[in-house]
Amino acid sequence: MAAVANGIIQTKLNAFVGFSNLPNQHHRRSVKKGFHFTIMVVGESGLGKSTLINTLFNTTLYPEKKVPITTDLNKSLDIQEISAEIEESGVKLRLNVIDTPGFGDFINNEDSWKPILRSVEARYDAYLEQEQSQHRAKITDNRIHACLYFIAPTGHSLRQLDIEFMRRLAPRVNLIPVIAKSDTLTDEEVAAFKQRILDDIIFNKIEIYRPPVYEDDDEDTVAETNEITSKIPFAVVGSNKDVTTSDGRTVRGRAYPWGIIEVDNEDHNDFVKLRQMLIRTHMEELKRFTSEVLYETYRTQRLEASGRTQEAIPKEINPAASLEEQRIVHEQKLAKMENDMKLVFQQKVQEKEAKLKQSEEELYARHKEMREALEKQRAELEDKKRKLESLVHSASLMKPATPEKTRKKGIFK
Amino acid sequence: MAAVQEPKKTPIGGYVGFDTIPTQIERKLLRRGFAFNVMLVGATGLGKSTLLNTLFAAHLIDSKGRFKVNEPPRQTTEIAPVTHHIEENGVRLKLTVIDTPGYADLMNNEHCLDPILKYIKDQYAHFLRKELTAARERYITDTRVHCVLFFINPSGQSLKPLDIVALRQLADICNVVPVIAKADSLTLDERAAFKARIKEEIEYHGIKLYPGQLQVPEPLDEYDLQEQALTDAIRARIPFAVVGSERTIVVGGQPVRGRRTKWGGVIEVDNEDHCEFTHLRNFLTRTHLQDLIETTALHYEAFRTRQLLALKENRDSNTSPNK
Repeated sequence: MAAVANGIIQTKLNAFVGFSNLPNQHHRRSVKKGFHFTIMVVGESGLGKSTLINTLFNTTLYPEKKVPITTDLNKSLDIQEISAEIEESGVKLRLNVIDTPGFGDFINNEDSWKPILRSVEARYDAYLEQEQSQHRAKITDNRIHACLYFIAPTGHSLRQLDIEFMRRLAPRVNLIPVIAKSDTLTDEEVAAFKQRILDDIIFNKIEIYRPPVYEDDDEDTVAETNEITSKIPFAVVGSNKDVTTSDGRTVRGRAYPWGIIEVDNEDHNDFVKLRQMLIRTHMEELKRFTSEVLYETYRTQRLEASGRTQEAIPKEINPAASLEEQRIVHEQKLAKMENDMKLVFQQKVQEKEAKLKQSEEELYARHKEMREALEKQRAELEDKKRKLESLVHSASLMKPATPEKTRKKGIFK
Repeated sequence: MAAVQEPKKTPIGGYVGFDTIPTQIERKLLRRGFAFNVMLVGATGLGKSTLLNTLFAAHLIDSKGRFKVNEPPRQTTEIAPVTHHIEENGVRLKLTVIDTPGYADLMNNEHCLDPILKYIKDQYAHFLRKELTAARERYITDTRVHCVLFFINPSGQSLKPLDIVALRQLADICNVVPVIAKADSLTLDERAAFKARIKEEIEYHGIKLYPGQLQVPEPLDEYDLQEQALTDAIRARIPFAVVGSERTIVVGGQPVRGRRTKWGGVIEVDNEDHCEFTHLRNFLTRTHLQDLIETTALHYEAFRTRQLLALKENRDSNTSPNK
């Protein structure tokens, strides 16, 4: 009996074929191959990052830290990676944890996000290179599948450093914000703080990771996913030590004089939900999102930037046409150069003319000056001459002169 | 000239009455009232305002954190002094609280300490100017910072570089009392380890906190020994691991100041087993308030010496012959 829908014939089977065993084959294959997961933890020192990783995977990946006294006040950000292989019920997981000690700890933290972003992109680059190489049978995937960002439990809102980091990293990595050391917050403080953080995230247009809900998911899965999403950002407490509660149970937790907080208790903190999302239900989802969306976005941007457009195969080029084009362009350039040179030439000529004219005028003025001076001198001399002549004339008229005058004349002689 | 002789202990015959001198002083001081200036320095969200309100059991200052999305973050450390007149049993205290919102808020905190240091030095300079004027006031209002409460983030690991630089620079010019804020995030073991670590670092970097080692001249009488013992105990306890709360919760039928966490733990502020708030409060208000004010005078003297020497140098260089 065949029915047609969308052009595809829906056929009913008469007997058992056996391809329903495909998932099992896939399952066996993947279990044999083993899984791997790379997670990055970012946050100020002392927020319990290492403890939380130990708690999440129930293993002492990070030993107790012995931090030496801060002698060097000018350190730089470090990026450290730890790998471990853990096994559970025959399923092997290769876990890589990338730590960023020093983030947010310096006096000047302006560029602390840069090395981290570069590291994320470097891993994408490494993968891209492997993908494009000629032999790509065995590709090692170093890409970061999830980034846990630890927020200090101030109770106010996000700090500048938090906003800046999240803004920069969210487009490249699955960003999961986590409220660290949340055992100091009261019920109302946790709720108010979470709301403010979400407001800040929306206001700054930060796209944190949200577990997706598919249409064909069954009700339970949808409900679960919604519950997880409602708890973001997760207010967690980490501890891999066992404590005994007042009613005799031995649980993982922290013992205070005023009570015991249990890590695995959902009423006490959101650790269970975080672990569920990260490991039990959405690990594959995180990896898929990294591979199919984040990596692809990065790849497209990278390849476009390096000049490769949609058309990777080169078009037919007509050499004659291109030569003609080149010639026209060249001639245009030449014409422009000629024009420019003409302009420059004209300008220079004008300048020179002006200068010459100026010097001419100066010369003329000087000439006139000198002439006038000469004229004046001549006039003076003529004047003197006339005076002298008149004196001589008057003296000759008064020959029988007084002895004084003769004496004077004597002086004049 | 006659040499100054050691005063002899002379017995008096009857009751004279000068044993009322302390009472006379007390009456005068009570009339005048006391002034105390405390400055709070620490990153946003460490509970500075709450702790101060808890210390003086009154809502003196508001938290200056960023609570709204569209509030822009502060670009520089602001200095916000607020003065309150509080009274208890006839003793009036003019309490000035100087909050420093914006400290360590930015990504680049290289200059976040400058406004704070400037404020402290300005108060000294103001006082010096008042002292040096020809017609002095009878009683100069003291705006000098008597105590800086420095809040340390309860990371449980070590001091941050900014903390070390800040502590060093502040301890040079005034009394600094470090405090581990929000101490309810540390278990008792973690707290002890953290304190030891902080003390180690403070010693390594040569930071001189209050109370410093004082040279008390021998012979020590009983009162001096008591005081010394108290001061030693305080010194061993610094930094104080505190929790603040303005709210009262009901514990075992009694209302107490404290916090009730999500998971049912109840931290009582006044409970010595829970945190060291009572020790800090007693230290600050009940035993060492006056000593803090007096020690500030020592810091002020150091400042004064530097300033006057600098002035003298300036004047000398200005009046020297220009050849």
